[in-house]
Amino acid sequence: MPAPLIEMRGISKRFGAVVANEAVDLSVAPGEILGLLGENGAGKTTLMNVLFGAYAPDAGEILVQGRPVTINSSADALAAGIGMVHQHFHLAPRLSVLENLLIGIPGKSGRIDRAGGLARLAEIGRQHGLTLDPGLPVSALSIGEQQRLEIVKALFRGARLLILDEPTAVLAPTEVDGLFSALRSMAAQGLGIIFISHKLNEVRALTHRCVVLRHGRVTGRVDAPASTTSSEMAQLMCGHEIVPPARGPSTPGAAVLTLDGISTSRHSGMALRDVSLFVRAGEILGIAGVSGNGQRALAEVISGVLAPDVGRMTIAGKVVSRFSPCEVQALGLGRIPEDRMTTGLVTNLPLADSMVLPRIGTAAFSRNGLLRPDAIRAFAEAQIKAYDIRCPGPMTRAGALSGGNLQKALLARELAFDPKVLVVSQPTRGLDIGAARFVHEKFLDMRARGCGIVVIGEDLEELLMFCDRITVMYEGRIVGTLDSADATIARLGLMMTGAEGHS
Amino acid sequence: MSVVLEQIFQVGFLAAIIRIATPLAFATLGEMFSERAGVLNLGIEGIMLLSAMTGFTATSLSGSLWLGVLAAVLTGALMGAVHALFTVALGLSQHVCGIGVTLFSSGLAYFLYRLIFGQQSVPPSIKSFETLPIPVLSDIPVLGPAVFNQFSLVYMAMAAVPLAAFVLYRTPWGLSVRMVGENPRAADSAGVGVIATRFQAVVLGGALMGLAGAFLSMVQFNAFTFGLVSGRGWVAIALVVFGRWDPWRSAGAALLFAFVDALQLRMQASGLGHIPYEAFLMLPFIFTIVAMAVMSRNAIAPSALLKPFRREER
Ligand SMILES: Nc1ncnc2c1ncn2[C@@H]1O[C@H](COP(=O)(O)OP(=O)(O)O)[C@@H](O)[C@H]1O
Ligand SMILES: [Mg+2]
Repeated sequence: MPAPLIEMRGISKRFGAVVANEAVDLSVAPGEILGLLGENGAGKTTLMNVLFGAYAPDAGEILVQGRPVTINSSADALAAGIGMVHQHFHLAPRLSVLENLLIGIPGKSGRIDRAGGLARLAEIGRQHGLTLDPGLPVSALSIGEQQRLEIVKALFRGARLLILDEPTAVLAPTEVDGLFSALRSMAAQGLGIIFISHKLNEVRALTHRCVVLRHGRVTGRVDAPASTTSSEMAQLMCGHEIVPPARGPSTPGAAVLTLDGISTSRHSGMALRDVSLFVRAGEILGIAGVSGNGQRALAEVISGVLAPDVGRMTIAGKVVSRFSPCEVQALGLGRIPEDRMTTGLVTNLPLADSMVLPRIGTAAFSRNGLLRPDAIRAFAEAQIKAYDIRCPGPMTRAGALSGGNLQKALLARELAFDPKVLVVSQPTRGLDIGAARFVHEKFLDMRARGCGIVVIGEDLEELLMFCDRITVMYEGRIVGTLDSADATIARLGLMMTGAEGHS
Repeated sequence: MSVVLEQIFQVGFLAAIIRIATPLAFATLGEMFSERAGVLNLGIEGIMLLSAMTGFTATSLSGSLWLGVLAAVLTGALMGAVHALFTVALGLSQHVCGIGVTLFSSGLAYFLYRLIFGQQSVPPSIKSFETLPIPVLSDIPVLGPAVFNQFSLVYMAMAAVPLAAFVLYRTPWGLSVRMVGENPRAADSAGVGVIATRFQAVVLGGALMGLAGAFLSMVQFNAFTFGLVSGRGWVAIALVVFGRWDPWRSAGAALLFAFVDALQLRMQASGLGHIPYEAFLMLPFIFTIVAMAVMSRNAIAPSALLKPFRREER
C-alpha cells in the first residue's frame, strides 16, 4: 500500500455545545476512493471543512504526504493539493463557466488568462470526460453540469485529493453513472478521492474503503465495501439494525384526489399535457420519472400554486375552482415541497413560526387578528417532542436545522391536521437511512389512517418499496400506471424513457 | 419658442454637460466598485463633502492644486476604509454604517472648515484649474472646444471609465471583486480573500468619491460651501442602479443625468421666466426617479450586496 496522500489525526471540532467531530483519524492513499459514511449530523461535512481549511479544528493535526501542515484557509488547502466539491455548490450563477473557473487564479501580465484557462479546460475535459461550454453563464447549467464545473475547478487548481460532499444527492440516476466513471478515471491516475454519501449501494459500488462516523466519532471502518452488505453498513451508521417497514395490504376507499385532463402552459419548467390521475383514500401513488418531466408543475397544480389552463381537479369530492394554496388546504390537502429551504420553511424565522405558517390565520393560532404566541410555541414544542426533531428549541432559526430534521418538521406540520390528501416531492432526498425510514413509516401510518398520498420521486427502489401504484411521467404526459405488484425497475425505467406502458 | 431652443443649445451646452457629468462619473464609478464587491456605501454623500473640504483646504494652504487633489483622494480612501472596517471586517449593517459615515464626514467637514477658515464675510476661494486644450483634437468643430478643451480632471474621468471596465472585466482582481459580490463563499473556497478584496474595492471606491469631491470644490465652484454636494452622492447611488453596475452604462447614466441638469440650467436662464425656477431644479431628480423606475425593473443587483461574510456561518 502506498504512503497516504493525506492523513487526519485526532481531529476534534465543537460548535458551542455540539460536538461535531471527536478524535477522528482518517487517511487516503493515492488512487484510492475512500467512502465517508454517516447519518445526517454525524459530522462528515464538518470534518471535510476542517480538511479544506474552512473550519479550524479544536484539536488534531493534518499531514500531507507525511508532512504536518497547517490549513487555515481554502487557499492553504488548495496549495496543499486538496480540492472540495461542496454539498451546496460554491459558484456565482451570473458569471460564466470560465470566470468561475479562473477565480483566484493569477493572471498573465495583469490580465485574466483566458486562453490558458480554455486550454486547461479542454484538456481536463478530454482526460476525464468532463466537458463544459466555457462561455455559458453558470445559471444556464444543469445541476449535473454545475457539479462537473466544481470538479473541474478543483482539478484546475492541481488538486491531488478531491473531496465530494454528497455529490449524488442532487443527481438523476443517469448522471450518477457519468460521475462515477469520471471519478474512477481520476483515481486511476493516482488522485485520492473522499466520497461522502449515505446511499449504501453507491458506496459499495464505488469506494475501495470506508470510514463510518456516528455522533462525530469513527464507529467503524470497512476494508472491502463491495463484499460488505448494506445492512451491516447501516448498522455501523445508526448503531442499531434497520428493518424495512412492513406494508400491509391496501384497502383503498373512495378517490380523494382526482385530476382530469389537466394541461398547463405558464411554467418555467416542463408544462403538463392532458394529465389525468386519481388517488384513493388509504393508498400511496408514486409518480416516477426523470426529473424535469413535469413533476414540478404537477406538484404545483395539486398544491394550488399553479392554475391549469384546462382540466378539472377535485379534492375529497369537491371541485377546486380558484387554485390557491388556501383553497386546496381548506379542502384537506397537505403538501411537502421539494425544496425545504425555499418553499418549505422560512429559514430566517423561528422554527415555531414556520411550523404554523400555513395555518397562521386559523383560530388555533390567532384570535381577533392577533397571533397567539403561546399556542404557537406549545404546538411547536409538542411536535418537536412527538417527532424527535433535534434542535435547541422552538425558537431556533429554521435554517439552522439539518435536512432530516427539517423534513421531520415539515411532516409534523402537515400531519398534525390530518390531511385527506398529502402531496410530497422527493420525500427522502438528502436524508440518511434512519431519517428516511422514519418518513416511510409516517407515510404508511397515514395510509392506514385513510389518507391518500402522492409521492413524487426519482428513486425507483424507494417508490417500489412503499407505493401501491406507480404512475410514470414523461415530457409532461402520463405514460402509464402500474400496480406495484406488476412493476419492476426495468419496466419502470423503460417507461421513463417515454415507451408506452400498460395501465 | 425657437429663440428659447437656440438659447438652450448654444455653444457651451455640450461643455456644460461634460462638466456636470465629471463628478457624477467619479462618484458613480466609486459606488459601483464598492457595490460590485457587495458593499453599499451610503457614506458617499459625506465622503464627497469631506474630500471637497480637505482638497480645497490643502490647495488653499499650499497653493498647489494637485496637492489638493491628492488630499481629497486620500480623504476618500480613508473614509472608505472606515466604512469597510465596520461593514466588511466587522460585518455590521451597511445601511447604518453608511449613514453614519455620511453624518460624521459632513459634521467633520463643517467643523474643520470653520476651525481653519473661521467666519469670513467673503468666503475664501482658490485659483482653479485652467482648461487644458488637447492639440489637434480641440480644433474639431463643435466637439473640439466642448470635449477636448477641458480640465485635466475631466480627462481623468474620461480615462477612468474604460480603465474601470478593464480592471473589472479583464483583471484577476476585477474577477475577484465580482465574485465576492456575487457569492463570497465561492470566492473563499477558491482561495480568494473575501475580506481583503472587499476592503480594497471599498477603499478604491472611496478614493474615486474623493476625486468627485475635489472636482466640485476645486474646478466647479473654486470654493467650499456646505451645500456643495447637494445630493450628488445620492444621485450617484441611483445612477449605479440605472447603469446596472457596469462602468460604461454607469458613465452613460451620469452623462444622461448631466444632460437633463444642463438643460434645466439653460431653461432657468432662458425666457421661461414665468415658471418658478424651482420647477426646473426638480427636473433632473424627476428624471432620476423615472429612469430608476423604468430601468431598475430588470436590473439585478450583485447577489451578495448588503450581506456580510463570515466563514463559520451556515
Ligand atoms: N456552522 C455550524 N454551526 C453550528 N453547528 C454546526 C455547524 N455546522 C455543523 N454543525 C453541527 O455539527 C453537527 C455535524 O454536522 P455536519 O458536519 O453538517 O454533519 P453531516 O455532514 O454528517 O450531516 C450537526 O449537529 C450540526 O448541527
Ligand atoms: Mg453534510
